[in-house]
Amino acid sequence: MPRRKVLGLLGFGTGLAAGSVLYRRSIGRRRQRVDIYFDDGSMVSFVDGSPEADRLLPAAREALAAARS
Amino acid sequence: MDPAQALADLTEISSQIEAAVLFDENADVVASTLPEEQRARALVRAAADLLAGAGRFRSDAVEVTQLEVATHDGSVFVVRDGPHRIAATTTPDPTVGLVFYDLKSCLRGAAAEEAKPEAAASGPAPPTKRRRKKEPGAET
Repeated sequence: MPRRKVLGLLGFGTGLAAGSVLYRRSIGRRRQRVDIYFDDGSMVSFVDGSPEADRLLPAAREALAAARS
Repeated sequence: MDPAQALADLTEISSQIEAAVLFDENADVVASTLPEEQRARALVRAAADLLAGAGRFRSDAVEVTQLEVATHDGSVFVVRDGPHRIAATTTPDPTVGLVFYDLKSCLRGAAAEEAKPEAAASGPAPPTKRRRKKEPGAET
């Protein structure tokens, strides 16, 4: 296989891997979550898919709908 | 600061905040940036549900002071300070610390205004110390 072709394939593979990492990072940052702070200084965070977050997310969507309707 | 003015200042300072509403412990709207009262009431109802729902995650007497729910469409913030509460909606991926700071400042400003008439009604202000002009012949 010519050297130029190998380098091209290597570059393409590296770009694909880097793009995948960046995409996953951006998706991870935008994950739906609930952060709750208590008066004793403690804090809990629930991510999308947990029963606690699923209980509160509908109310948040209602709030956003009320603000934007 | 007047609650409506506090909210106006808040939305002017923070470009991330789309709508905000001040409400009390009975979920009554005190002031809102929304043009329609019905929408303000709906936002307060949802915010009160969030506070109540979040409070159920702890079995002890510890109270929720603030919360953020981040969705793909935007975030909802609720902050509580005694009987005063504020709820706000933002664009997606807001600067969380900054939004909480602005909401707390707004809440404090509005609460301070409410405390003023109460202080005035509680009686005359305590006498302030006055300097007496010295008599020309008085001993020093």
